[in-house]
Amino acid sequence: MSELTYLEDVVSLAYDRNRCIGCGMCVTVCPHQVFALQRGRADMVARNHCMECGACMRNCPAGAITVEAGEGCVRGVINELLGIEGPCC
Amino acid sequence: MTISPSASGQLRFLPVARPGAGEVTFRLPSPDQPFVRGTLTTPVGKVPQVRAGLNLRDRLGSWLARWNIGRMHFTVEPGLYALGRPDEHSPVLVSANYKMSFDVLRSALPGRDLWILVLDTKGINVWCAAGKGTFGTLELLDRIQASRLEEVVSHRRLIVPQLGAPGLAAHEIRRHSGFRVIYGPVMASDLPRFLDNGCRAEPGMRVKDFPLSERLVLVPVEVMQALRVGLPLILVLLAVSGLARNLAYGRAVEVHGLPMALAVLAGILAGTVMTPLLLPWIPGRFFSGKGVLTGLVCFAGIFGFLRHRWPEQGLMESMALLLVTLTIASWFAMAFTGATTYTSPGGVRREMLRAIPLQAAALIIGLGLWLTALFS
Ligand code: SF4
Ligand code: SF4
Repeated sequence: MSELTYLEDVVSLAYDRNRCIGCGMCVTVCPHQVFALQRGRADMVARNHCMECGACMRNCPAGAITVEAGEGCVRGVINELLGIEGPCC
Repeated sequence: MTISPSASGQLRFLPVARPGAGEVTFRLPSPDQPFVRGTLTTPVGKVPQVRAGLNLRDRLGSWLARWNIGRMHFTVEPGLYALGRPDEHSPVLVSANYKMSFDVLRSALPGRDLWILVLDTKGINVWCAAGKGTFGTLELLDRIQASRLEEVVSHRRLIVPQLGAPGLAAHEIRRHSGFRVIYGPVMASDLPRFLDNGCRAEPGMRVKDFPLSERLVLVPVEVMQALRVGLPLILVLLAVSGLARNLAYGRAVEVHGLPMALAVLAGILAGTVMTPLLLPWIPGRFFSGKGVLTGLVCFAGIFGFLRHRWPEQGLMESMALLLVTLTIASWFAMAFTGATTYTSPGGVRREMLRAIPLQAAALIIGLGLWLTALFS
């Protein structure tokens, strides 16, 4: 079931390979195996599987990853569109 | 003091000395909680002791919480707990103060001796709290200090659930507390094997999949949330239907109101039960689209079966009912993106911007047709 994929090409994940120090943290924390270590550096191998949780960005000590992490629920998006703060879950 | 994570995800303004250091007061959780079995004497005082086994009360609470009852008050006091009889060498596991998170963790570890450090996540589970940042770097640093953890254990390792990683930065924890964060498996049930492996995850342990069993558990909450909106809507529609032309109130409710109530329920059934359960097998990527498909199936099933009850129902009214079912199914199917573990906020936003105008139009046309059929 790891094959469940949501929409293609909407993901805000960006990765700067030049900054990577190859610690492997992004590989560890990503629940969808978006990153893999190859020849001493991380590579984005399954970008469309990213759910924008932000774990890789938060745990990358080199600041090589950016992603617009947020709460992906309908109420959250409505709140965001209406410009109010509100919880998701 | 609150510090917002900067765009790069690092706590830019965090000086090496802890912000607000000294404000954090030492505190152990109260032993006076129903699931605490006793206390364990440690260098910092009496730590509440829990067992792995869950009792009837724990199970009942979980069951109610799954039905969205008492979920907000289903909490554990934050702080340090002992599972079994841990000593200074025992591992420290970090959890959230949602009681179900805590229960899932301890019940996965029968016969083990270890420490559980419960963070104050305001009664919210690890994954959601990590997304909000309450299961986060500052809270963990505070909780380490408030529990005087460095006096309880001689090692400097914390096992944090991998799904908590969006909330905290392992390197920041290390820098400010000296504790090294080891990310544990996604599922608590893998913890015994993970611990026996010397804290190494086997490949499957790092992947969050979304199997049927997990989707099934989410269904009751979805149903309850939908009914909170759905039942008042049904009552209003029933009340309105009674006013239909050419019929006595009670008869009109029977002829026009009941089918409409069924149409709403069919939509809720499709969106909150069928879509989650059949998720991988329903064609399409958009949840709102999946909802339309399951809505069609539910509608055809229910009204195909009961059609003979309303022989005089015209085409306009049938179309109205269909549109209402499809809209509601589509909406609640889309709402289920919030509960999945693979939809991205960017994707949900894109889907909503496309789907909501269509859903709104379908609902307005559907109700318009219905009112026209009833009152003209
Ligand atoms: S966490 Fe950052 S530095 Fe470490 S491997 Fe991934 S990208 Fe490279
Ligand atoms: S944001 Fe989450 S899902 Fe996306 S790559 Fe990073 S860790 Fe993986």
